[in-house]
Formats: sequence, structure tokens, C-alpha cells
Amino acid sequence: MFETLSDRLAGVFTGLRGKGRLSPADIDATAREIRIALLEADVALPVVRQFIAAIKERASGEELSQALNPAQQVIKIVNEELIAILGGETRRLEFAKTPPTVIMLAGLQGAGKTTLAGKLARWLKGQGHTPLLVAADLQRPNAVTQLQVVGEQAGVTVFAPDPGNTSGVEISGPGGDPVAVSRNGVAEAKAKLHDVVIVDTAGRLGVDADMMQQAASIRDAVDPDEILFVVDAMIGQDAVTTAEAFRDGVGFTGVVLTKLDGDARGGAALSVRQVTGAPIMFASTGEKLSDFDTFHPDRMAARILGMGDMLTLIEQA
Amino acid sequence: SRSQNAFGRSMLGLLGAGTMDEDSWTDVEDTLLLADLGSQAATEIAEKLRTEVAAHGINSPAEAKALLRRVLVEAVDPTMDRSVRALPHDGRPSVVLVVGVNGTGKTTTTGKLARVLVGSDRSVVLGAADTFRAAAADQLQTWGARAGATVVRSAEGTDPASVAFDAVKRGIDEGADAVLIDTAGRLHTKTGLMDELGKVKRVVEKQAKVDEVLLVLDATTGQNGLVQARVFADVVDITGIVLTKLDGTAKGGIVVAVQRALGVPVKLVGLGEGQDDLAPFEAEAFVDALLG
Ligand SMILES: Nc1nc2c(ncn2[C@@H]2O[C@H](COP(=O)(O)OP(=O)(O)OP(=O)(O)O)[C@@H](O)[C@H]2O)c(=O)[nH]1
Ligand SMILES: Nc1nc2c(ncn2[C@@H]2O[C@H](COP(=O)(O)OP(=O)(O)OP(=O)(O)O)[C@@H](O)[C@H]2O)c(=O)[nH]1
Ligand SMILES: [Mg+2]
Ligand SMILES: [Mg+2]
Repeated sequence: MFETLSDRLAGVFTGLRGKGRLSPADIDATAREIRIALLEADVALPVVRQFIAAIKERASGEELSQALNPAQQVIKIVNEELIAILGGETRRLEFAKTPPTVIMLAGLQGAGKTTLAGKLARWLKGQGHTPLLVAADLQRPNAVTQLQVVGEQAGVTVFAPDPGNTSGVEISGPGGDPVAVSRNGVAEAKAKLHDVVIVDTAGRLGVDADMMQQAASIRDAVDPDEILFVVDAMIGQDAVTTAEAFRDGVGFTGVVLTKLDGDARGGAALSVRQVTGAPIMFASTGEKLSDFDTFHPDRMAARILGMGDMLTLIEQA
Repeated sequence: SRSQNAFGRSMLGLLGAGTMDEDSWTDVEDTLLLADLGSQAATEIAEKLRTEVAAHGINSPAEAKALLRRVLVEAVDPTMDRSVRALPHDGRPSVVLVVGVNGTGKTTTTGKLARVLVGSDRSVVLGAADTFRAAAADQLQTWGARAGATVVRSAEGTDPASVAFDAVKRGIDEGADAVLIDTAGRLHTKTGLMDELGKVKRVVEKQAKVDEVLLVLDATTGQNGLVQARVFADVVDITGIVLTKLDGTAKGGIVVAVQRALGVPVKLVGLGEGQDDLAPFEAEAFVDALLG
């Protein structure tokens, strides 16, 4: 339903083939189209602005190649800049020198943390690690049960000393002590020689000061090697506010983008990366535990621009 | 919150500034974009403002605020019927189907709605037709126990249509007032899962008409929300939107486009994770939240 950037730019550049350099007017017209394309892809407005400024500067300096028409030329520049931001320094998980390696998950409600915990555990187990899942979401009804089921599917041990919020338990404020559960989880891993600990935490809003404080306390209790911010690829303009709130409230070392199996363009990838500088490390691509991949900046760039065919398009030229 | 105030301030600053140059109009649009209205709705609303400003002239910040508020409220259309059809009729319970993509708040909303109904002395049956997600039925069971509603569930992997059928049957047999069916989250792009959802509705309708199909949209959702709504509307003919997680910083502006495109009203809003954090949607309050 959205026009792709190549369609848009083709319109702008009709009849402009082989002009040597783009005129300032061409560049303005181009910038408008790129702006709309990025906004439709849910890239956050402040990030769009920054990005457009960078593209404008580069496009006006660049000598137009004879091999490419102006639209292709601009697409190439946009694509390269997107990959540069998204890819920057992709890196692998940081493992602790002395095990266990502690990975803490954090994010908004429903982003996909618990599912990701299972995916990570399964993936790490496949590489010969012996992960322990820690059920530190005592808030969402039956979050602990959910993690137990997921752990069973992944074939890994789940540390769940507190049943959390279930129908058998009286509701009393936030209930339970997720900080103690997390701390004890790490101790358990040491005692039972698990080399990785994955702490699943409750979903929380950036504006919820108490819950952000709780996340910081969990962090302080487990001293994580990685804090992964889990964010839904469907998120819109709120991506920046939320990413900043988690960066300031708990801090994170990496980002995981979820629900990439849908058709959301996933502009949040660009927003979060640009605003926080944290690398996007993994992509979650389905509900099954095997639907998990390392992050590919080039695919993400093509997706944001709505052009899976872009690479072939440029290679042909 | 901070961003809500920023929205109001920048709009009012612009509108109160007397002369509006092209850049200022771009900024008006930008401000709407930040609330996730999307470029088309934002452009349309900015155009309308432009016409009104030209026609009436704006002399004071108070006038500017009133004008802006009016244009936005009109865009949200306060005249739509937003009542939730959750009361018994024709001697049988009402049937409500709750649908949406993964993690938006379907189960939570189902639980909260049960709580509202039970709170006004209605008897409620909950159908746990999410037989896929880990512990989904347990989650609904917890909500049901708290609200005082009966839960009909089955083993993981059971055909969701048969669970939904059983829930409605139970509701009819028990003379319940409402049957609320929670379904599994599914992305609108997965045709197999969407077909499954269509089947859930068809099978239920062998016994009783589905009175209300609520699409649960997460307020943080960007432009994909419109695509979701279109596909769900095609498959199960949604009759209302529930906009959840409005207690965060997201404005949920995508529902403006959804309402316009589909003519389906937002009926309820989710304002937290607690049992009582469900409220009727009010156009004025929604706009005021946008304006901060
Ligand atoms: N399609 C799809 N669904 C996903 C993906 N990751 C998670 N989900 C689904 O999204 C929903 C929410 O996932 P959870 O793992 O429970 O999310 P969470 O962040 O732990 O949620 P809270 O604990 O409530 O904050 C579930 O229905 C998952 O099956 C994904 O990559 N693709
Ligand atoms: N802050 C806030 N959180 C909410 C709201 N509604 C639901 N949640 C939370 O969002 C998360 C997901 O809610 P669920 O009700 O499990 O969502 P769902 O749509 O049933 O998810 P799936 O069945 O996995 O697709 C949970 O952590 C809820 O507590 C709301 O209005 N505000
Ligand atoms: Mg969870
Ligand atoms: Mg659910």
C-alpha cells in the first residue's frame, strides 16, 4: 500500500538522466520524497531530520555516476547511509571472563521479552552453552508459567522460586521480590555451573518511575554483561522517547528487534540505533523459538525503504 | 508528560504567531506526525487548519487553542456510536470476540472487560481460544478468577474454534450475560492464522451471532496499525477498536486514520495493567491528551 522510495524518486527524476550533478532543486525534491518514505516506515521525526540533512550534504557533493540514473544514485546514497547507521559496529554477545555470563532483558509490555528469553536460551544451548532462565517477572499474570513452558520447549532449566502473579496468589501491590529472584538466580547458576544466565523481567513503561527503578535494582543485583533492550518492530514515533527512557533508567548494551516476520517497515531500528548508539544484535522473526536470527543491517535498510529489489537494481546499473 | 506538553506548546506557538509561513505549516504537520497520525492524516488536518485560519483569522492563543482542538476533535468524530454490545439480548448472552496482533493487550482487555461486567452484576464466561501461546489460558484463568468469571479452556494445541464454540455453548446453557472470547495474537500477514480466526468466528456463529469484534491496537503502534486494522476488518469484520497502553508516552494517533479508513470507532482505552484500567474512549479526552 505504500509507494516504494524508488517509485517516488523515479517520479521526481523523470527526464533528469545524466546531468552531472544534482541541482539544489533536485535535491530538495528528493529530500521531500525521502522524508515521506521514512515517515511511512515509522522512522522517528527527529531522526528523519538528521538523516535528511546528512543525505542532502552528501548528494550535493557527489559527482553523478554515468552508470546510474539520478534516482538510482540517490537510492544508493540513502541505502549506504542507512546501512552505516544500522550496522556501525555489529558485534557478538559479550561473554564474561569468569562465568556465568549474565544477560538481562528489558522493554515495554508485550514487546517479546519472554519469547526472546526462550529463543536465546535455545540458541545458546545449540552452541554448547548451559543457560539458566530466571523468572523475574512476578507482575504479569502467569509470566512465570509462560517462562516455564518456554524453558521446557527450549530444553533448559528455569529458575522460578516465586510463582508470581497467578490466580492462586493474593494480589498485593507489585508482589514478590524480582530483585531477590534475580540475585538468587545468578547464585543458583554459579552453584549448578550454568555458564549463562538470562533474566526475564516484567514489561514496563518508560514513564513508570517505580518500575524503572526496579529494573535498575535488578541490574545492580546481577551485574549483567549484556542488557538487551527488546523493541517491537511495529513501534511508531514513541521509539525515541522509550529508548531514551530505558537508556537513562536502566541502560542497555544491545537492541533486539521483534516481530520482524510481519510487514512493518521497522523504522524504529534506525531511530533506536541513531538515538542511543547501541547496536542492534538480534532479530526475532516469529512465535516459535527457532524464529531468531542475528541482525542484518543491509536487509533492514532495504526493508525500511520498502525495496527488497534495491540491491539487484543497483547491481544491474 | 513532557512530550504531550511539547505538542501543545509548539502547535499553539505556531497558531498564535499570526502569520504562518510555509515552514510553520510544515511544523504543524510534523507535530501531528509525532503523535503517529501518519503523513496522510497529518496533511489533511493541517490543510483543514489552514482553511480555518484563513477564513476566521486567529487573534489570541486562546482562539488558536480552541480552533486546533475543534479541528482535531472533528477528525476523531465524537458522533460515532461507541457503545460496547456486551449485554444479553433475545434470551441469550452477548458474544464478544477479541482479536489483534501479538502482545497488544487482548488477554488483559478481556480480563478487564469481564471485571467491568461482573462489577455490574453480570455473569460472564471467558473463552480461552488462544491455545497456542505458552500459558495463555493460565493467564486468562488468573484474570477470570480475579474478576469472578467462569473460564472455558482446553489443552494447548486444541482447535481454537472448538474452544470458542464450547465457551459460547456454556454461556448459553448457564444463562450467562456475556461470553468474551480471547484469541491468540496473530500477525495480519499470516494467512493461515487469519483463516483460523475467520473459522473461529464462523463456528461460534453456528450458535449465536457475534455481537462485537474488538480489535486491540497498542498505542505505541506506528503506521502498521492501519494495515493491521484493514486486514482484520476483512477477515472478521471488526466492530470496535480498543486502544491499549495509553498510560505510556505514545499517543495512539494511528487510530485517527483507522477510524477514517474503516469507519470503525475506538470504543475503549487501556490505561494500565490493573483490573480497573479500562475506560470508554472519549474523543475530547483523547485530543486533550494529544495537546498535553
Ligand atoms: N509474530 C511474532 N510474534 C512474536 C515475536 N516475538 C514474540 N512474539 C509474540 O508476542 C507476544 C508477546 O510476547 P512475550 O514474549 O510474551 O512478550 P513480553 O515482552 O515478555 O511481554 P510482557 O512480559 O507482558 O511485557 C506473544 O504472543 C509472542 O508469541 C516475533 O518475533 N514474531
Ligand atoms: N501499561 C499497560 N500495559 C498493558 C495494557 N494492556 C495490557 N498491558 C500489558 O501488555 C502486556 C501484553 O498484554 P496481553 O494481554 O498479554 O496481550 P495479548 O494481546 O493477549 O498478547 P498475546 O496473546 O501474546 O498476543 C502485558 O504485560 C500486559 O500487562 C495497558 O493498557 N497499559
Ligand atoms: Mg514477558
Ligand atoms: Mg493473549
